[in-house]
Amino acid sequence: MRLLVALGRWVLDGLSHVGRLSYFILDAARGLSEVRIWWPRMMIEAWNIGAGSLFIVMLISAFAGAVTALQTGYQFTGSIPYYVVGTLVVSSIILELGPVLTALILAGRIGARYAAELGTMRVTEQIDALESLGRSPASHLVIPRVLAGLVMIPALTVLANLSGVLSGWISVKAVLPVTDADFIYGAQYYWRPWDAYYSIIKAFFFAGSITVIACYMGFNTQQGAEGVGRSTTTAVVTSSILILVLDTVLTRLLLNQ
Amino acid sequence: MIELHALHKAFGKQVVLDRVDFEVREGETVALLGPSGTGKSVLLKHIIGLIKPDSGTVIVDGKDVSKLKRRELSKFRSHIGYVFQNGALFDSMNVFENVRLGITDQEKYSDMDYCRQRIAECIRLVNLTPETIEKYPAQLSGGMRKRVGIARAIAGDPKYLLYDEPTSGLDPVNADIIDGLVQRLDHELGVTSVVVTHDVRGAFRVADRLALLSEGRIVMQGTPKEFLDSTNPKVKEFLERDFDNPTLAA
Repeated sequence: MRLLVALGRWVLDGLSHVGRLSYFILDAARGLSEVRIWWPRMMIEAWNIGAGSLFIVMLISAFAGAVTALQTGYQFTGSIPYYVVGTLVVSSIILELGPVLTALILAGRIGARYAAELGTMRVTEQIDALESLGRSPASHLVIPRVLAGLVMIPALTVLANLSGVLSGWISVKAVLPVTDADFIYGAQYYWRPWDAYYSIIKAFFFAGSITVIACYMGFNTQQGAEGVGRSTTTAVVTSSILILVLDTVLTRLLLNQ
Repeated sequence: MIELHALHKAFGKQVVLDRVDFEVREGETVALLGPSGTGKSVLLKHIIGLIKPDSGTVIVDGKDVSKLKRRELSKFRSHIGYVFQNGALFDSMNVFENVRLGITDQEKYSDMDYCRQRIAECIRLVNLTPETIEKYPAQLSGGMRKRVGIARAIAGDPKYLLYDEPTSGLDPVNADIIDGLVQRLDHELGVTSVVVTHDVRGAFRVADRLALLSEGRIVMQGTPKEFLDSTNPKVKEFLERDFDNPTLAA
């Protein structure tokens, strides 16, 4: 019985969050007309996301590319043509590892930062202060962060893809007798331009889930420092799960038609 | 004029305001007294529409605040200055930018010459030095942060000023400075003010009228003299600790 009550409460709580999140998004969208308010703030946020995350995103993607190449080398028996390694590395990075790893890193880096920033602003009444001055928290705080994420996270994903492919290319030459011509031939043989669009579309959806969830959690922070910690953790965990769910759904919708 | 009629607000099962009637007339300063956690700040946030009542009405200049639409509410708020308990200054902005946000008229806000002049004037009114303008909230003391909060609240030339515990957390010297400032601004700017406080001495110093909020209800509203003469046990109990205070007695 207790389990049922707990389950019922969990479902109701979840539904209430869905409703509040929808209202939050609609309310934020109303602030889009205040371009002169959000544009300069968006540029600052875009710079913070881009410059601040570039190194870590490219580093992790480079390692992912290298490991993919080295594991491919380990599994090669000799009966498979060497050029296939180019296909494997490029496809793995662009279709999956580039966008998903970048999104998971940024859920930790950007999502945690946004939730903590806005959560602190909520508990120290800075958001109330903004409202009391007749200003829209959406155009000052939410829209710049969400739009900066929607622009910069796909851009970072493209760079992560390049870094991963480049690193995989260099690494595979260390373990297999693959020439540059073999690698390029393999990469081109199964290449479809749609793969690149798919990678960017995924990054765009991941960006939305990271920024919107983080802003929503930050805005709904309660109970001081403990609340800020709770919002930050919840934002990172929720957006990470959502990234994996979206990854599955988008793969089904965009690749398996 | 601010009128609250039968205002009721509960958070979950906890009733914070229980059918509260409260009134502030044009040009007067009313101190809302009460122990911590009795709903004083919640009442103040109802006046500016930051919290919506469960039932009852908040009427300011004939308008029901809880029924105002988004744009109307935004315009309405530009006539009210709200001083938050801990200043609520924006950490990422310096004092200049914080006070500038208080200039609610968009044309004036975009005019940098006007902003510089107005911000310097507000900073002077709250007894801060011009050098403060460049500093960030983290570089200011508690008293200075409160004064910057007041400067931001008056920057838009408001008709009403709402102070939420303006002296809490300050030493007696700084508390006196803030009380003096509230008194002076009320006279110099001719605004209508509501001061939420649990500092009885300060309330007697700044207010034309007092109201005591206890257990979600207004126990008494009246002049400082009527409060001192009151036989209401809750009023007496709240004032008791300051009755022996020579400053209050004077």
